Amino acid sequence: MSHPRDPAARSRLGWTLAALVLLWPALVMTDFRPLLLLDPRNLEPMGHFLGAFWPPASSPDFLSLLATATLETLAMATAGIALAWLLAVPMALVLTRALSIGRLAGRRSAWWAAALRGVVRGVLLVLRGVPELVWALVFVRVFGLGPAAGVLALGVTYGGMLGKVYSEILESADQRPVRALLEAGSGRLPALAYGLVPSCAQELVSYTVYRWECAIRASVVMGFVGAGGLGQLMDQSMKMLNGSEAATILATFLLLVLGADQLSARLRSALS
Amino acid sequence: MSIPARVPVCVPCLMVLGAVLAAVVASFAYLELPLGELLAPGAWGGMAAFLAGFFPPDHEAAFLGKVGWAALETLAISVIGTLLAVAGGAVLALAAAGRAGLIARIATRFVLNGLRSVPELVWATLMVLAAGLGPFAGVLALALHTAGVLGRLFAEALENAPPAPESSLREAGAGPVAAFLYGTLPLVSAQWIAYGLYRWEMNIRMAAILGFVGAGGLGSMLYYELSLFHEAQACTVIIAMLLLSALVDGISAWIRADRPPRRL
Amino acid sequence: MSGVAVRLQGVSAVHANGFAALKGIDLSVRRGERVAVIGPSGAGKTTLLRVLGLSLAPASGHCEVLGQQPWQVGARALRRLRSGIGHLHQAPPIPPRQRVVHAVLAGRLGQWSPWRGLASLLLPVDTAGAARELARLELEDRLFERCDRLSGGQLQRVALARVLYQRPELLLADEPVSAMDPALAELTVSLLADEARARDIALVASLHAVDLALRHFDRVVGVRDGGLAFDLPVAEVGSVELDALYAATSGRQREAARQIATARATPSAWTAQPLACR
Repeated sequence: MSHPRDPAARSRLGWTLAALVLLWPALVMTDFRPLLLLDPRNLEPMGHFLGAFWPPASSPDFLSLLATATLETLAMATAGIALAWLLAVPMALVLTRALSIGRLAGRRSAWWAAALRGVVRGVLLVLRGVPELVWALVFVRVFGLGPAAGVLALGVTYGGMLGKVYSEILESADQRPVRALLEAGSGRLPALAYGLVPSCAQELVSYTVYRWECAIRASVVMGFVGAGGLGQLMDQSMKMLNGSEAATILATFLLLVLGADQLSARLRSALS
Repeated sequence: MSIPARVPVCVPCLMVLGAVLAAVVASFAYLELPLGELLAPGAWGGMAAFLAGFFPPDHEAAFLGKVGWAALETLAISVIGTLLAVAGGAVLALAAAGRAGLIARIATRFVLNGLRSVPELVWATLMVLAAGLGPFAGVLALALHTAGVLGRLFAEALENAPPAPESSLREAGAGPVAAFLYGTLPLVSAQWIAYGLYRWEMNIRMAAILGFVGAGGLGSMLYYELSLFHEAQACTVIIAMLLLSALVDGISAWIRADRPPRRL
Repeated sequence: MSGVAVRLQGVSAVHANGFAALKGIDLSVRRGERVAVIGPSGAGKTTLLRVLGLSLAPASGHCEVLGQQPWQVGARALRRLRSGIGHLHQAPPIPPRQRVVHAVLAGRLGQWSPWRGLASLLLPVDTAGAARELARLELEDRLFERCDRLSGGQLQRVALARVLYQRPELLLADEPVSAMDPALAELTVSLLADEARARDIALVASLHAVDLALRHFDRVVGVRDGGLAFDLPVAEVGSVELDALYAATSGRQREAARQIATARATPSAWTAQPLACR
């Protein structure tokens, strides 16, 4: 019996070759030289830095500094989410077609309403499309180093995310109660409060809590571009190659994220 | 249904609402945000002027070429970082799924949690120390964090795979490696690939940012231009980031449209 | 090697949950002999085959397979011994996304070097061999198909092709036909019997269908309550023995059947289960 040829062999060979051809320039481009890690010029400071991890810094001065930075990070996340909420709610309401009185009669939306929704959608897209870290970098240039830039960056990016998700949640809810209210002559806000919010309040709050958890991680990271809090402290310790301080900050950060994780999971399970 | 004479007040609701409000007020107060300055008309004028400086973006051919090159570098960082993470994650997942004994399982789970909990940007600052400034630090940072994420996901897939195909091969005398490759890998490979692609998608966005701490790509360029107050150039880089992100979104939506929905 | 393929003397086996599934079994099978194991559910047929297939070490007794005492030899020798035992399972243990060619070639992984096994994944090494076994089952046109594109019956034939491709010295089959339609069941049992006759190897198969046992095998072993009820040449098996074997099941047997039912109720679909959201 003849040897049946594997019909997939040729295309596999082709894909493998193509992958190798593409991979090679990628390796060159990223300066892929693992031996660099073993270069004594890198190895020595790194070893020094890591060696200083134990014992972690625990002087009272440093710990009070750390506590301040931790509080600052928490405050940044909370204030940032509050700001994002203020930004998101009006935009989400504009986007929610269920609240459109004009559509009640079965007419198509007025051209200006459609245009407004388009603009709001575009604004939300840009707000959340640019990563919070980029916003932070830009705002640090305006407001200088410190938490203000971080709060604004969080507010802007998360405002975009909350706005989009809020409007999606409101749109996916049962539309009949709100329709009935609007048809009975109710205004938009009372219709929202009595017709839409009761059925999706849990989902809205749950998503907001989840974003707050993300904001805590993000506010730590934003400190690295100068937006205050734990991140900034860590950046300073690392630039000074102070391993023991870096170890304490890293541990604090992990505890903070773990705590926020637990709290948010518990809050959300309590809601559902 | 009878109508209650008085609507009962939801005391816990009010307390929660009060606590949230108090936390927000306390946060603003603690940060001592220059709200007055922010809300003053002059501040907005300054802000508007600053933002106006970003437009029009620099579209000189030579600069666009540099931005394109940096975008390619960002892509390369994400590809190599994700590939390393897939390889590392697979090895760690085998141990985390208990294939190297109980002690190795516990130790690997601990390592995976550690790798995963430290954000990419923090890894990047560490790797800049270990490997010097440049894209290689970004590759390592992505690889370390993503290996933690993928290792855990891969291990879950391994533990959920039915054992019979592999055990039947072992019973026919196959070695452990061959039995895994023929018995279990085909069961989990599709899921592993889906997880890898999904993390790659996230890593492209992340690779654009890692440059802020000196790890190459578009981020390094943005940091550089912004620190020199070259707003028009910075705007071009930001637009490039948005385009890259939109491209990734489009491609992944296109791929997903062809396939049944995957669970991630 | 002597003419004896399997010899069990006073073998008892205990499951992990403490259930004594086999109690003092004496059984010996010569090369070239075809032995059918019959008996009610929970009697210990599967446990007996697992002991013979070296996937369960007996709790006590003397056990000799293909001329060796498997639980007294080293890991290497045990692997070599196992590579000579082909085991056909009731549910084909084949990953759905694997291609048929790999599923069949996997039968010889125990005889190949690790490198050959690895290389074969990249480029199948013995497509002719796999095609030959599939041709016996009229499945050669599916050689490069993926297993999840096959029907259930086709997949069972692929599993059979794998065991045939293994060229084992001892062929075991644990209720191979209970999930098959009658035509496929007939084909499967006759192929197993032909293979045993042609290559002069021992075949031990547990069966529910007594008529298949009587038509294709030399000897019939009746198992009940973890012991042997009878061990007779086919010609001597009559309705007296069969009636006694399948008579009203004892309480112990009902308990065993219940345990087996719960064990089998655990998910056995080969499709990878969906994971929770990350």
